[in-house]
Amino acid sequence: MKFIDEYRNQELGKKLVDRIHHQSTKPIKLMEFCGGHTVAIFKHGLRQLLPQTIKMLSGPGCPVCVTANSDLDKAIALAHLPNVIITTFGDMLRVPGSYSSLQLAKAEGSDVRVVYSAQDAVFIARDNPDKSVIFIGIGFETTAPTIAASIQQAEQEGIDNYYVLSLHKLCPPIMKALLDLGEVRLDGIICPGHVSAIIGSHPYKFIPDDYGIACVVSGFEPLDILLSVDRLVNQIETEQPKVEIAYRRGVKPEGNQPALKLMDNVFEICEANWRGIGPVPLSGLRLNQKYQRFDAENSFDIDPGPSREPEGCICGSILRGVSTPLDCKLFGKACTPVCPVGPCMVSSEASCATYYHYGADYGG
Amino acid sequence: MCLAIPALVKSIEGQQAVVEIGGVTRQASIQLTPEVKVGDYVLLHTGYAINVIDPVEAEETLKLLRELSEVY
Amino acid sequence: MEDRILLAHGSGGKLGHDLIEKNFVPALGNPILNKLDDSAVFELCGRLAFTTDSYTVSPIFFPGGDIGKLAVCGTVNDLAMNGATPLYLSLSFIIEEGLPVTELEKIVNSIYQAADEAGVKIVTGDTKVVNQGTADKLFINTSGVGIVPAGVDISGANAMPGDKVILSGSLGDHGIAVLSKRQGFEFNVPIESDCAPLNRLVADILATSDNLHCLRDPTRGGLATTLNEFARQSQVGIRIDEASLPINEAVLAACELLGFDPLYVANEGKLVAVVAPPDADKVLASMKQNRYGTKASIIGEVVSEHPGKVVMKTYLGSSRIVDMLVGELLPRIC
Repeated sequence: MKFIDEYRNQELGKKLVDRIHHQSTKPIKLMEFCGGHTVAIFKHGLRQLLPQTIKMLSGPGCPVCVTANSDLDKAIALAHLPNVIITTFGDMLRVPGSYSSLQLAKAEGSDVRVVYSAQDAVFIARDNPDKSVIFIGIGFETTAPTIAASIQQAEQEGIDNYYVLSLHKLCPPIMKALLDLGEVRLDGIICPGHVSAIIGSHPYKFIPDDYGIACVVSGFEPLDILLSVDRLVNQIETEQPKVEIAYRRGVKPEGNQPALKLMDNVFEICEANWRGIGPVPLSGLRLNQKYQRFDAENSFDIDPGPSREPEGCICGSILRGVSTPLDCKLFGKACTPVCPVGPCMVSSEASCATYYHYGADYGG
Repeated sequence: MCLAIPALVKSIEGQQAVVEIGGVTRQASIQLTPEVKVGDYVLLHTGYAINVIDPVEAEETLKLLRELSEVY
Repeated sequence: MEDRILLAHGSGGKLGHDLIEKNFVPALGNPILNKLDDSAVFELCGRLAFTTDSYTVSPIFFPGGDIGKLAVCGTVNDLAMNGATPLYLSLSFIIEEGLPVTELEKIVNSIYQAADEAGVKIVTGDTKVVNQGTADKLFINTSGVGIVPAGVDISGANAMPGDKVILSGSLGDHGIAVLSKRQGFEFNVPIESDCAPLNRLVADILATSDNLHCLRDPTRGGLATTLNEFARQSQVGIRIDEASLPINEAVLAACELLGFDPLYVANEGKLVAVVAPPDADKVLASMKQNRYGTKASIIGEVVSEHPGKVVMKTYLGSSRIVDMLVGELLPRIC
């Protein structure tokens, strides 16, 4: 597969690993912000190839994991309404809310359908004019423009039974909030590659400028990630933190302007509630005035009830990079992928599920 | 987050394209990449092309990888 | 106006009898079935293998097969995986009211073709029809009996350190072929389901080696789940090599698109054999002679380390655990 296979080359990978070993002289902490990077790192066993000097931490870049129970409860409450079809990405189906999950709601008779694309949800709305089709909008800046596009498509085609529950969140504000918490001293950040395809690299400038932390925007193939680690080590060893794009084939410094414009047309920035972190100002997206009629939250009367967090679950501190899944008393015992307590064990790209699935012993 | 994979644009009709990867073809929306042309590669995320891949930069990255791996 | 299956077809009355006599018996008939008695009566001598499976695949027609072919091959293969020669199958339909008769006929024809290829006979059956909306077009159950030759002892608990792990062909074809036609995912793949009866392939292996320890077809849950089952049942470790796994490019591409790992995608015409090391090469050679084993390869070995766990050596030479499938395989955005 073009633009994939070349970046999985074994020979180059081994040599790059050697180079990192030679370059890295002092102990450093790197965080891969994005859940997709966490999965790639574990899937290819990259952590065990890196030198002992480099400690990798997983960040909160998993849109499923950072969705607060109060928000998930809203989605489940919508699922219980009559004449409603809930459409959702597969990632959300099994995540436990305060009392239930979309999967359980489905088993109890709600019409919950997994879709690959927000566009499929629009088609379902078009084909079911007597039902309300609600799309559960999760994801960061990679996905938000696609949902904005789906809303514009519904508008253009006169589809008036399509709604979105916008739970979208933004990366740079949460990165800042995390750094401001000061719980973990980071030396470098592997920045999310596909979020950056949309927003470009300029929004990360505050990280080296204000915090002195090295930043590299990374792709997702093994060679991409190893290259990014190499670049980060180089920045750190030469004490020249900056924002560098290693994923040059996918990311331009200015991002994707038409996508940003579309997001701007449909959404406005608001406060968002992040699991494990709490409310963070200007870190979420909601539908703006012009598109209010597509907003599921305002169009339906629901009462999700008071939200509650599972006892003993430390997803929050894992998301902030303060703890690892191995620090959790429930990990692998009361909390497993078969009976997950928190979202970090459900989402395919979250720390706990990844550690469990790929073997913490093997260090990823 | 954000599974997106490189796919080749085979044909375009209005705001929809047919894209192909490894012999698999699918409909995709190009609402986010209106400038795309047949023959371009795009990053496909949940049925939408979210960016056009720059083949020159792709080759430059491979070149850099080869150069870096020669140093040690 | 298209002929459709009605509730009356399943009520035991004339319509039902007509369906059996005009559609089922002509296609599937044999001396035992043709009697149309309440049970099939036949003689069998030896150690019997007996299995049952229900088939609920959606959509019922997919590239490379349909639910009928699956219902025969799946049960034939379950018998074959214990070394049995499959002989007789039962066939039960639960049909959703409204199914076009032409679709049922196509499926019955597929059942005939698959049974004929496998050399098994359908000897007894049942038909029920349920209200619209209470079955997804068609569910099928097949049970099967076969005879296990003397001296054959194949079990997931028999793997021993040093054994070689052999896979009969490419991974994930069936799962991807079916998913490509499911509503909400439509994509076009130049891939067909690998659904096939494997009893003759198994017979070839048994004719070549007395040291076949484990055998299983990696259906739901994929290769990863099957290998984990062996590791747990035998309390051994299994190591596989990512570079040696045969996977079609289109399957890899579809998995990339959806966020699947091919190790977990279902196969319906593949088997995993665990063989004592001296016999591995000749078993491999014999598998390659069979039409369903041309792409067979040795993908790993059994070890005494990490009992109960499966570990894979990645392209880059690192190692990672390959766990069992948990829950359903769902497409992801992340």
